[in-house]
Amino acid sequence: MTSITLNNHHTEPASPGPLVMAWRRFKRSTVGMIGGVTLIILYIIALFANILAPYHITTQHTAYPYQPPQPIRIMHEGKLMRPFVYPVEQTRDPVTFQRTYQPDTSNPQPIRLFIKGEPYTLWGIIKTDLHAFGVQEGYYFPLGTDRFGRDLLSRMLVGSQVSLTVGIIGILISFSIGILVGGISGYYGGWIDGILQRFAEVLLSFPRLPILLALATIIPANWPSHWVYLGIIAVLSFIGWASLARVVRGQVLSAREVDYVQAARALGSRDLSIIIKHVLPNLTSYLIVAATLALPGYILGESALSFLGLGIKEPMTSWGLLLKDAQNFETLNLYPWLLIPGIMIIIAVLAFNFLGDALRDAADVRTK
Amino acid sequence: MFAYAIRRTLVIIPTLFFVSVVCFVIIQLQPGSFTDRYLEDPRITQETVNRINAQLGLDKPLHEQYFRWIWGIITRGDFGFSFFANRPVNSMIGERIGWTIVVAGTTMLFSWLIAIPLGIYTAVNRNGVTDAISSFIGYIGLAIPDFLVALLLISLVLNTGGRNVGGLFSPAFIGAPWSIAKFLDLLNHLWIPILAIGTAGIATVMRQMRANLLDVLNADYVRTAKSKGLKPRVVTNRHAVRNAINPLITIAGLSLPELLNGTIITAIVLNLPTIGPLLYDSLLAKDQYVAMTLLLISSLLLMIGNLLADLALAWADPRIRYD
Repeated sequence: MTSITLNNHHTEPASPGPLVMAWRRFKRSTVGMIGGVTLIILYIIALFANILAPYHITTQHTAYPYQPPQPIRIMHEGKLMRPFVYPVEQTRDPVTFQRTYQPDTSNPQPIRLFIKGEPYTLWGIIKTDLHAFGVQEGYYFPLGTDRFGRDLLSRMLVGSQVSLTVGIIGILISFSIGILVGGISGYYGGWIDGILQRFAEVLLSFPRLPILLALATIIPANWPSHWVYLGIIAVLSFIGWASLARVVRGQVLSAREVDYVQAARALGSRDLSIIIKHVLPNLTSYLIVAATLALPGYILGESALSFLGLGIKEPMTSWGLLLKDAQNFETLNLYPWLLIPGIMIIIAVLAFNFLGDALRDAADVRTK
Repeated sequence: MFAYAIRRTLVIIPTLFFVSVVCFVIIQLQPGSFTDRYLEDPRITQETVNRINAQLGLDKPLHEQYFRWIWGIITRGDFGFSFFANRPVNSMIGERIGWTIVVAGTTMLFSWLIAIPLGIYTAVNRNGVTDAISSFIGYIGLAIPDFLVALLLISLVLNTGGRNVGGLFSPAFIGAPWSIAKFLDLLNHLWIPILAIGTAGIATVMRQMRANLLDVLNADYVRTAKSKGLKPRVVTNRHAVRNAINPLITIAGLSLPELLNGTIITAIVLNLPTIGPLLYDSLLAKDQYVAMTLLLISSLLLMIGNLLADLALAWADPRIRYD
């Protein structure tokens, strides 16, 4: 015991590893932490979206088209109650036949947690009818309904699964392509480099949206919606890799001349193992930061495509697709709650930007 | 400098050639063709469709279609024929390109007029209230999709009783000769797309200006100027801002694609007479020459913009040498 304690006294305090240092720098950024925590919450919501959603995303409550959001109340006839909602009753304007909804204040419906509702299959395996919340009688649409009387909150929650995964999968694909192409280009040089760089240059000389639109129209209209989902990811990644490939190429070019890479080559290492073992590790922090900062582009790209009707298609749903319903000037004027999914896009993009900025500062060893 | 300009301009040509190939390939990869629509009509037989295909030149092999198109552009400035509108592409795009440049140009002007003073102010009064508020708004501006800004503004105008949304002119002024009233009507419509497209740009430029100026404010020559006893305002405006503004020219070039993207999607929402809605419609209708031409032109606009930014930088910054 004594000797160990003594030893501890004698050795210098171990200097923390680069990861620990980066984590310490990251922790100091409040907005970065907020961004990170927000993203964790968002992805947990996406994971449990089907439980959190009060209804199935395709269930049409045909009696309640364009119902406004129902506020949660706690005061009923002057008395404090557990949170409840008033069921809505609808009337038609005798002249214009327009539907109007009024709360039925005589019959408060308390919001119950873990209530039985529509049966559904969670993650494709568990059959259940348990919903995180809901009401016993009638319906509760927290964010209102769309044209077909589908619950907007449910659609927004389940839509987050698409909107939030498009970016992650897209980044993984385009970064793999970018690293591969950039690596080959930088490492081998010569005519391979010439061709690959010309190709990247041509891709980069298009503004993003026009080429995105054009590529999205290649996806056949008769594909089922989950194929279209993959198609959209493919299109987004196809555009995304070019700028990364350039940076990776530059890094590989400079790394190629570094002494330890020369040494590895002299020792007879194979090209691939040199790139993977010696060149890429130097790029990791750059790649992580670049990925985080590029992700919003994918989320925004998907939402723009879906908003224009060239992206995700029914019966799947995404935030952009939900906003498509609000495209019409009249709808926008009469049913403004259809814009709520836009808030989710802003929150997600904001969180990724915050996180990315904080990661960039954390990765920068010069930051004091 | 002149040689540099020439060289940069010439480089555009081969790139543009590859771009045109990519445009053609993408459009050919679209499933189906323009004439498929006729087959939905039971009165039209496959033979009729074949004849229409032959008339439109769609029966030719792909490489021949491509070279005829590119040859027409090079020799006659002829961008092909719109199957859908049944008229030459040239007659459809001229005005739309003009309006695209007008909308993009005014947006850029507007966003810079706001962003640069704001960037200077927030850098000088760092950690103040304005700094916090504007950097937060800046973050939001980067996070909000421009079509959503457009939708929100439309919603705002409609809810406050306005009806002047969509398009660039009220119906009364469409086709009317230019007058002061028409110009005011244009401004009355233009502010929505400008705000919608400009928000992201304002945020980028403001943050960049702030960062640049903060770097420069710590420089030795600024300290020298201060210790000479110059007024703080003179130090900022004459010594710091002048040097901090150069990198923004590069940002101007880099922000062009964003600007064009914004112009396109916002124009589709607001139905502006720019290339956006036409590109969208032609892609959906498989009107191949219109779609290819617009893709080519959007790329050309981008390259010209980048060229101008590079030349402006070369002109503004004497430290950069190009020999």
